[in-house]
Amino acid sequence: MKKENVIEAVELTKVFGDFKAVNSISFEVKKGEIFGFLGANGAGKTTAIKMLIGISHPTSGQANVAGFDVFTQTESIKKNIGYMSQKFALYDDLTVKENIQFFGGIYGLSRAEIRAKRKQLVEDLGLEEISNKLVGSLPLGWKQKLAFSVSLLHNPKIVFLDEPTGGVDPITRRQFWEMIYKAADQGTTIFVTTHYMDEAEYCDRVSIMVEGKIEALDTPNNLKKQFKVDSMNDVFLKLARNIE
Amino acid sequence: MGISVKNINKSYKKQKAVHDISFDVKPGELFGLIGPDGAGKTTIFRILTTLLLPDEGEATVAGLDIVKDYKTIRKSVGYMPGRFSLYQDLTIEENLTFFATIFGTTIEENYDLIEDIYVQIEPFKDRRAGKLSGGMKQKLALCCALIHKPKVLFLDEPTTGVDPVSRKEFWEMLKRLQKRDITILVSTPYMDEAALCDRIALIQDGRILEIDTPEAIVNKFPKTIYNIGANNMYKLIRTLQAYENTYSVFPFGEFVHYTDKREAFEVEELKSFLESKGLEDIVIAITQADIEDAFMELAKS
Repeated sequence: MKKENVIEAVELTKVFGDFKAVNSISFEVKKGEIFGFLGANGAGKTTAIKMLIGISHPTSGQANVAGFDVFTQTESIKKNIGYMSQKFALYDDLTVKENIQFFGGIYGLSRAEIRAKRKQLVEDLGLEEISNKLVGSLPLGWKQKLAFSVSLLHNPKIVFLDEPTGGVDPITRRQFWEMIYKAADQGTTIFVTTHYMDEAEYCDRVSIMVEGKIEALDTPNNLKKQFKVDSMNDVFLKLARNIE
Repeated sequence: MGISVKNINKSYKKQKAVHDISFDVKPGELFGLIGPDGAGKTTIFRILTTLLLPDEGEATVAGLDIVKDYKTIRKSVGYMPGRFSLYQDLTIEENLTFFATIFGTTIEENYDLIEDIYVQIEPFKDRRAGKLSGGMKQKLALCCALIHKPKVLFLDEPTTGVDPVSRKEFWEMLKRLQKRDITILVSTPYMDEAALCDRIALIQDGRILEIDTPEAIVNKFPKTIYNIGANNMYKLIRTLQAYENTYSVFPFGEFVHYTDKREAFEVEELKSFLESKGLEDIVIAITQADIEDAFMELAKS
């Protein structure tokens, strides 16, 4: 069974002025788990993620990510996680190969490792013919699949995906999720945000943030039972509406 | 008069953005352009709002020709572009006054049209637009697009990146506007929003795949779809992909949607096959196609 926790957060809090963006959230994520991190716009998701990936200093609380402390070991965290967002993923004016090389270098892979990874990745994604094309010229779906693969280059323990499938066509969206399942199957932990509620159902467990707090956290099935509804969409609507 | 589009083509350099597209939107209709990024939705919006000339084809908006009558069209339509394009350093109220003024009207004159949207952001009317949350920006942009009481409203991906609660509220606003005799053309990459339109065009890579009511598109789906669930999603997908009778298999929420190559087959047989591959807790049940099933099937052929 999956036992080992790769993320542990205890009363993690971030305050901006007199605004509590993240208000004492506690949760844990296990190795190989697909963890959905949901919430309305402005609920505090991005702030929480920034703390977990070591680029924002928490105001109070504790958190351990990939075995490292979010206060004192942020550089180690960055080396042991992957990150991909819809807004920034790859450099449009570098080719497919150059992007792989660049990110491989950033993550500290050796030249030989980069070469091997590049070959394998290009093959796996079927990108042989376009590996010398600029990433900016690729369809969005290909970009996102490539970006996900690049975020896994250094075999991170956890990969954070911030709305990875926004605007992507339904077939590619599903191919993307197959890649996620595959990575999780191989033991990589997936921490993902999405506005597609059907994707919330693909997760092993889902947390829903409302106004800085985690108001619900369980498997999609248990959440639906708890709120007596048929879909995650309704769970989401019920939670956010109740608060208002 | 709604919108009429005939054989529109548009290329950017070598890239064909819109490929021989034709459709009609009836007066008072809520019509959806549904498709992913890069489908050509924004190009169509720019052509219809007279901001871009098509290479070929013709179109009318509210009975007016998009080339000859472009000035009149600009006065009679409202356009909310996909990217927030109000003045960031003007306040909510200043933005609205500005748009009312350039269209030769006042906020008071058409206030009843925007009232139920505007009251939601009015408490913040002295806040600069650049400092608003995504949901509030969206509501302000809609008010600005409506303030001159347009006959036709163009909304390019108004709900992209917006959470499900705000999306639901936004669609409720559109339904109310429709009752005020405004023709609405709206685009979205969220397939679940298709069901909220009167009719939709499914669009991909610059081509229209299908135009009809959402119900009719779903009903036309040619195959029986099964929900299949098991203890291990990834293994289930891989196993079904390798199964000789599989026509299609796609993850859908907690299940996969499965269609079979054969006209008819024994559910028990499929179940035993999955069990023989080591899967457990197998459930197989017939389910309804939805818009995404239809889109994927049409996109395949």
